[in-house]
Amino acid sequence: MLRLYQTEVRSRLMLGTARYPSPAVLAAAVRAAGAEVVTVSLRRESAGERAGQAFWSLIRELGVRVLPNTAGCHSVKEAVTTAHMAREVFGTPWIKLEVIGEDDTLQPDVFGLVEAARTLCAEGFEVFPYTTEDLIVAERLLGAGCQVLMPWGAPIGSGRGLNNLFGLKTLRAHFPEVPLIIDAGLGVPSHASQALELGFDAVLINTAVAQARDPAQMAAAFAHAVEAGLAARAAGPIEPRDLAVPSTPLLGTAFRG
Amino acid sequence: MKILVNGAWHEMRSRELAGALEELGFGGSVVSTAVNGEFVAVGQRTERRLSDGDRVEILAPMQGG
Repeated sequence: MLRLYQTEVRSRLMLGTARYPSPAVLAAAVRAAGAEVVTVSLRRESAGERAGQAFWSLIRELGVRVLPNTAGCHSVKEAVTTAHMAREVFGTPWIKLEVIGEDDTLQPDVFGLVEAARTLCAEGFEVFPYTTEDLIVAERLLGAGCQVLMPWGAPIGSGRGLNNLFGLKTLRAHFPEVPLIIDAGLGVPSHASQALELGFDAVLINTAVAQARDPAQMAAAFAHAVEAGLAARAAGPIEPRDLAVPSTPLLGTAFRG
Repeated sequence: MKILVNGAWHEMRSRELAGALEELGFGGSVVSTAVNGEFVAVGQRTERRLSDGDRVEILAPMQGG
């Protein structure tokens, strides 16, 4: 089980809810993933369309825990206000804190992130900060009261996998007890396996599933990959080496001597 | 009184937030509100007075990553 603040979850695969072809496909993907946690957001509601009300009904029917985000926020004030609004609407102290610093890469503004995290943790939020693999930023976030970190694999929606393997391995080694969830940038199930093999606790996937030709099938593939990675980590992978080692015993080899 | 609601101007009769939400057709909806960038909780909507030119945000659950 994975402990996130006071909550224990079994599934190591979290799913975003955006960019699916239809609500029905989203529901099928969540079920196929076996996801217990999905991310949601807040947007301006039109009284005529009431799109948000229909979406919220769908999520409640799925019976999953929600992790609201502050996506689209570019300042500490916007992120903090959005977090308060999300806590009221979704009825959870969880908040995936995003403070975006730059639009082309959607790279987090880590300075604003730490400031917003400090404010929200002090106000009783359970903050899941979307951050980089930077060790010092991670230290600051933990010091601010965060008990979970969500380092990026690669820029949101890019599908590039674990972009800075060395940095992510270092982060994992430096904070062995902190739940670390790879958020963003994973493209295929092997990326998710790799994350779990390296000791990350979970992954959050959105675009790679939502934009696949068959999202439900891709969600199932990610679920298998995450299980495989977790089992491999527990089984103790071998260290890579530069030279070959014969796997078949040489003793008694025919035609020798 | 003119109020900027979710980026569009509306001529409103209501002088407080709870009434404005009803007037705009959000009665019974699951929404969260802010006025001039400050969060206004459900329980404060009745007493939150509105003034000409106020910026009101009305947000609802939406898909997110």
